[in-house]
Amino acid sequence: MIKARVTVTLKNGVLDPQGKAIKGGLGALGFEGVESVRQGKVFDLSVAGDDAKAAEKSISNMCEKLLANTVIENYSVEIL
Amino acid sequence: MKSTVIQFPGSNRDRDMIAALTKINGEAPSLVWHTDTEIPATDLIVVPGGFSYGDYLRSGAIAARSPVMAEIAKRAEQGVRVLGVCNGFQILTEAGLLPGALMRNAGIRFVCTNVKLKVENADTVFTNQYSRGEIIPCPVAHHDGNYFADSTTLKQIEDNGQVAFRYAEETNPNGSVNDIAGITNKTGNILGMMPHPENLIEADHGGDAGRALFTSALNIVANEAA
Repeated sequence: MIKARVTVTLKNGVLDPQGKAIKGGLGALGFEGVESVRQGKVFDLSVAGDDAKAAEKSISNMCEKLLANTVIENYSVEIL
Repeated sequence: MKSTVIQFPGSNRDRDMIAALTKINGEAPSLVWHTDTEIPATDLIVVPGGFSYGDYLRSGAIAARSPVMAEIAKRAEQGVRVLGVCNGFQILTEAGLLPGALMRNAGIRFVCTNVKLKVENADTVFTNQYSRGEIIPCPVAHHDGNYFADSTTLKQIEDNGQVAFRYAEETNPNGSVNDIAGITNKTGNILGMMPHPENLIEADHGGDAGRALFTSALNIVANEAA
């Protein structure tokens, strides 16, 4: 079995109002110097088999088709 | 003309849409469940609002991969008219049937209010009973209505006249780029919009400015007495 982590983040230039609100929250708690916060998503996947290369390819395909909306999001796949 | 409403788990504006279509068309729409792979003969397919699949992953993302969507894409290809309202608009963009994406409202909050819409293109099959530049009121109720497209796509949409409706008079409730409230596909037979015209079809709604969208889409000649 292969374990993988997919990270999905908003593309540069795409407004992230939630990230901005979180930054405001950190400021309200007294954390200084936070210049920006960008919110994203993490998916931990377990995939049958032991071919890491094939799994990575398959998971990239999953990102293209569902896990990320490539109009607004980037993704990265990390085999753990 | 015959109409069809698609229902997903979590649709909640389907009943409003069924009521509006029944009233305006004089005939109830066919109802199609999201797992169906066949749609009866129809001239207009409506993807209604709601929170399909609880907005899990992204609004409309799971619904856009439902079995029925392949059939909707096929019918649209054949020229059948497809209207997506609110969550329906999100589903159509997630399915790649319309360009761009609908993101979290710029103000973060859910908005439930009335906006003003400018009819930007009155030459579409959905808007031909409005006049170009006409300003109409319309209710909105959504959390993810912030329309976004990259600059290249945006230019194409604008140049092709694909912007059907724009928020007017500074009522943009969600930060949508270029105040975009509704867009069509390139061929003009698919319209997605965040506002709810089905909730503004008779005097008791506070106005009937949404009615012309349905009479346009259903080729119903405007009846002064109606």
